[in-house]
Amino acid sequence: MNKDIKKVVILGSGALKIGEAGEFDYSGSQALKALKEEGIETVLVNPNIATVQTSENIADKVYFLPVTPYFVEEVIKREKPQGILLAFGGQTALNCGTKLYQAGTLEKYNLEVLGTPVQSIINTEDREIFANILREIDVKTPVSLAVTSVEEAVKASKEIGFPIIVRAAYTLGGMGSGFCYNEQELIERAENAFSYSNQILVEESLKGWKEVEYEVVRDRHNNCITVCNMENFDPLGIHTGESIVIAPSQTLSNSEYHKLRELAIKIIRRIGVVGECNVQYALDPHSEDYRVIEVNARLSRSSALASKATGYPLAFVAAKLGLGYGLHELKNSVTKTTSTFFEPALDYVVCKIPRWDLNKFNGVSKQIGSSMKSVGEIMSIGRTFEEAIQKGLRMIGQGMHGFVANQPLKGIDVKTELAEPTDQRIYAIAEAFQMGMTIQEIHDLSRIDHWFLEKLKNISNIETELKKFGKLEELPSDLLRNAKRSGFSDFQVARSVFKSTSEVIGDDLLKVRAERKKRNILPVVKQIDTMAGEFPAQINYLYLTYSGSENDIEYEADNKSVVVLGSGAYRIGSSVEFDWCSVNALNTIRDQKYRSVMINYNPETVSTDYDMCDRLYFDELSLERVLDIIDLETPKGVIVSVGGQIPNNLAMKLDKQNVPILGTSAANIDGAENRQKFSAMLDSLDIDQPRWSELTSVDDIFKFVDQVGFPVLVRPSYVLSGAAMNVVSNKDELEHFLTLAANVSKEYPVVVSEFIEEAKEIEVDAVAKDGELVAYAISEHVEFAGVHSGDATIVFPPQKLYIETMRRVKKIAREIAKALNISGPFNMQILGKNNELKVIECNLRASRSFPFVSKILKVNLIDLATQVMLGMDVEKPNKNLFDLDCVGIKASQFSFARLAKADPVLGVDMSSTGEVGCIGDNFDEAILTSMLSVGYEIPEKNILISAGPLRSKMELLSAAKILQDKDYKLYATSGTQKFFAENGVESELVYWPSDEGKKPNALDLVRDKKLDLVINIPKNLSKSELNNGYKIRRGAIDFNIPLVTNARLAGAFIRAFAKMGKEDIPIKTWQEYK
Amino acid sequence: MDYLDVMPEVKGIKLVLEDGTVFEGKSFGYHKSIAGEVVFNTAMTGYPESLTDPSYKGQILVSTYPLIGNYGVPKNGKDEHGIPLFYESDQIHISGLIISDYSFEYSHWNAENSLREWLIQNEIPGIFDIDTRALTKILREKGSMLGKIIVDEDKDIEQYDPNFDNLVAQVSTKERKVYGNGKNKVVLVDTGAKYNILRCLLNRDTTVTVVPWDYDFTQEDYDGIMLSNGPGNPEMCAITVEHIKKAIEIGKPIFGICLGNQLLGIASGGSTYKLKYGHRAHNHPVIKVGTDNCFITSQNHGYALDNDSLTDDWEPLFVHINDKSNEGIKHKSKPFFSTQFHPEASSGPTDTEFLFDDFISLIEEYKK
Repeated sequence: MNKDIKKVVILGSGALKIGEAGEFDYSGSQALKALKEEGIETVLVNPNIATVQTSENIADKVYFLPVTPYFVEEVIKREKPQGILLAFGGQTALNCGTKLYQAGTLEKYNLEVLGTPVQSIINTEDREIFANILREIDVKTPVSLAVTSVEEAVKASKEIGFPIIVRAAYTLGGMGSGFCYNEQELIERAENAFSYSNQILVEESLKGWKEVEYEVVRDRHNNCITVCNMENFDPLGIHTGESIVIAPSQTLSNSEYHKLRELAIKIIRRIGVVGECNVQYALDPHSEDYRVIEVNARLSRSSALASKATGYPLAFVAAKLGLGYGLHELKNSVTKTTSTFFEPALDYVVCKIPRWDLNKFNGVSKQIGSSMKSVGEIMSIGRTFEEAIQKGLRMIGQGMHGFVANQPLKGIDVKTELAEPTDQRIYAIAEAFQMGMTIQEIHDLSRIDHWFLEKLKNISNIETELKKFGKLEELPSDLLRNAKRSGFSDFQVARSVFKSTSEVIGDDLLKVRAERKKRNILPVVKQIDTMAGEFPAQINYLYLTYSGSENDIEYEADNKSVVVLGSGAYRIGSSVEFDWCSVNALNTIRDQKYRSVMINYNPETVSTDYDMCDRLYFDELSLERVLDIIDLETPKGVIVSVGGQIPNNLAMKLDKQNVPILGTSAANIDGAENRQKFSAMLDSLDIDQPRWSELTSVDDIFKFVDQVGFPVLVRPSYVLSGAAMNVVSNKDELEHFLTLAANVSKEYPVVVSEFIEEAKEIEVDAVAKDGELVAYAISEHVEFAGVHSGDATIVFPPQKLYIETMRRVKKIAREIAKALNISGPFNMQILGKNNELKVIECNLRASRSFPFVSKILKVNLIDLATQVMLGMDVEKPNKNLFDLDCVGIKASQFSFARLAKADPVLGVDMSSTGEVGCIGDNFDEAILTSMLSVGYEIPEKNILISAGPLRSKMELLSAAKILQDKDYKLYATSGTQKFFAENGVESELVYWPSDEGKKPNALDLVRDKKLDLVINIPKNLSKSELNNGYKIRRGAIDFNIPLVTNARLAGAFIRAFAKMGKEDIPIKTWQEYK
Repeated sequence: MDYLDVMPEVKGIKLVLEDGTVFEGKSFGYHKSIAGEVVFNTAMTGYPESLTDPSYKGQILVSTYPLIGNYGVPKNGKDEHGIPLFYESDQIHISGLIISDYSFEYSHWNAENSLREWLIQNEIPGIFDIDTRALTKILREKGSMLGKIIVDEDKDIEQYDPNFDNLVAQVSTKERKVYGNGKNKVVLVDTGAKYNILRCLLNRDTTVTVVPWDYDFTQEDYDGIMLSNGPGNPEMCAITVEHIKKAIEIGKPIFGICLGNQLLGIASGGSTYKLKYGHRAHNHPVIKVGTDNCFITSQNHGYALDNDSLTDDWEPLFVHINDKSNEGIKHKSKPFFSTQFHPEASSGPTDTEFLFDDFISLIEEYKK
């Protein structure tokens, strides 16, 4: 080990975004753990406040600052570290590190890059250099021509021949990349790609080839291993982040497997990686011909998946190798005795399935392809492929029950879907089988390997067999066992046998469960031990399977287990913040000498690291599977309030099965979730709420709207991130949204409520014990109500609320806690307008903002809540929000650039993919830091404003005056320009996109990249209009120009950067803010 | 009660271990009873290679990797030397195959047959739907265990211990054969050699004379001796050991693999012992003694040479990183070396194939 390294800076990946998500919290946390073990002081730069890595006792110092060269250099100046880690914060950290290297900054401060040298990284990122290096060692890459102009791209395409693929160099997860079948498509694609990078590649298309990846590790002694290989279910043409992935590979012979393995090692040695690296191949399905597609010389999503799939802690080991260790000198953390120089042997198969949330966006293209759109992923484990894939399809949580026994797809042509896939393709395969299509026909359209299709056909066949029976008692045990081995849930069995309707299926699946138990058809628990049972291992990393006859572990039955239900796949509305909550609950459980048991299946999380708890079940969060685990664990109780809405929704069902729920009772959880009950309770407490009604017919809805007037908020019950929730401003919109809402949830009627415009939104995050408030945090939104709380910019402590208001908010929280007899965490949203407070929502669980307020207040609300749920006595913290000398701001990260054609506008439905939380001594500091952290830049000169409705024009007027005083050049569309002129602000008139031929046109300014900032406030709150405003907004996103669509936020941002520059932002650690 | 269009008809079959443990499964190979030694391997690829590996003679093989049969069985083509392109010998050597999940349908460009058909043609029974992990845990503790596959309750058969038979004699070539026409003349002593050893030699400009296990190869005109892998107990090969002793006297380069490592060790005066946990996988780490150079290797053995038993002129060349057991030896001054692992891979990782180059270098140096 390198003894000169005493202090190390590590770069995080910032806010979660499409292509860069929770996997880097996992890898960064592991790296920090590895450094800590060596006694090295660690300094983390990462503005993502919801992560585990930015928690206490993980890094020695945390800077909630943007991961950009300027801020990182400032941190380096101040901290004077000897080393820096660049490989653990995704492309963000790598790009930042590369810039620092190229600018000579690393050399200037005599900073050693631990692990892979930066030049090696640059060599892998520049495709031409990379292809040349591989050519030197006789490794094949796709025919590829680097070009720097659209004309050159067209020329290159003539050499290669269509179809071709265009890729932009140096981008996250394939941004700006795509297939082109003709010159017109090429020109469009190339223009777009050049907005991200000044070099693009025109390459031969290998569509239909198998896509295979290897995770390779190398130490400084040149020792190499491949930890895992993975095969994509979807052949080349679909980004690996968009593909269903299987580990280990299933259709490769020994010779193919080892040929690619040998090449991977040859490549990593030539590049000189020290640490971890991912090699992606295309493999010809008709020979052993191959191409190397890509090498990522850093930890990646695939390496996180490989870690979870094998039990090999890649990030931890990579960090140690960076310090100079050899692989043979480190111990395998599963066995504790054997070395890390080995390759895991699996005796199971894992499936990764992406989670998309494309329904959340208006206008977005649902096709999946060479650019990434998914927002999360799951990993499922089984001992048959059928078991793993069916588990996985349930885990992604989009209403599917597995491969079969689902509701028929709507509005999809099966053949088109197979050939031009969207996120629904795998279900189209199920329908294709039902239609009688052959494997060959499906293969011809989809190019998916026959093996996968045959396995899926097995599932379909079993469903057909099950359907032949009408009574459970008649079902042969062999068939039932075979169905379970093939991943059928009790739900699927019930639906196939009973043909149950949705009203009774809840009871029917329990009948299946009872019958199964009677026949002793039960799952067994198996360990993931990295060596397929060859040697004994004490390992707590577990999964359940029906392919087995005995459990690997013995249960204590001592009532000491506490089961925490995790948050499942990251999705819009539920992401790393619930992982933080879960991890903190586990910590407290352990501290209190209980056995901490985690159930979760998200490979991007820290909570699924097996050393975070005493037992990890990497398995489903379904009623069935949770009950299976409860049967084995016989726990003291289950915690359902730290993993977001998935566990929350299980509370009532578990309670009905007599599972002890820790904390607030299931009946009271329902009392908050059920609108009728909750509303009646508020009425009885004399707490105000917006007028609402739960309605089942369209007529009733219109009658109600006649009373309260437009706009109204329409939403189904039991929502987390506002699925199908929308504000409607007129009758047509209302009718349209009612049909959508009905599709989403049949079990619950539609709720329509009065929508109050220009109201402040206030959040309460709190913990109560036996109905008494123990701790609370009140925060306010920068935006007016109407922007989903997950998208809003949140200020804590509030800067613009009267003490009086806060006192009343606290009183409401106290009353509700008492009425619902809350023991544990809860969250409320309250509207404030004209001195009136109205409660809009209350959830008796931790919320998205728990890590944010906990870290600003430095009172860990989850620790408190968990102690409460364990029945401990807790003292009220001696610090509250009035004691804070700093301001925290949580700002949202959007990934619109990834979502082609989506309208980048905010509404009541959440669309952000991540967030940051930054701290300042005042509001301006905090807002500026947080805006810079989510990718905004302080504009240099030119700003385009379309201020939308009158009230936002008024809102923006003062900000525009400030900009004028600061010599900014303002452009404005007609209404805004006129309004500004009438009020003494000069701006240049630009024409709307529809005013074709008139100059200057807003779109030209965007396309010519003349603008440094676009402020475009949509005219109404619905998202349906693909109008002028949409074109400007979308243009700004596509040409990578910062865009703000909310007047209040724009105002706050402008006032902040007018007052201070980047260099005025203090470089202070989290620890220094009090 | 016929739901069996879900998969082809399968019959019940069971595995009975010598300790009385019974695993009930379903038959997918040739439907017959057989007895043998039950061993496992944790490799995730390479069943055609393993099934034709002569080292498995007399053994019932358990695959811990649960999904087997996916890519079928490759075409039975032969190369220009008449060696099968994709198999490690001319026939299946295992006595039976035990897996968890059989793929009735296979998919691979190079496949011409299903694993099931291949087993049936070769009259080898196969069992699936068994908890192979539970079975493996039993086997690893006992080191090795006898077992029998029973297809019919009424017709029990006796347990059979192949280690009392001379398996090497069964699998070795019956006659001397010459392959290739290269500049260096290598004698390959076939104690159950995998074809890939032969391929690795032929790819390096050699003429290879394959001789039976009990043949006095010292009479041959040769530049180097290759001692192959093979099945069973090294004690059965006393006569081979005698010939190796003579070859040591002669002094021309010797390279041994697996059983060859043990025979060379015994010939040089060393002794073997039984490992607590045998090595049966594609992922075993070895380190070259005195260096930081580590290799992932393919292994299949339950006995090891005792490092401490090596005589003065010999030293360990490789040791296992985890249990420190011997993984190879070399003579301190003469061109003799051997490995316990399989540098010829097939199946498994190819990291140590360079040892064949080392062997050829020794030959060329010696010739100078």
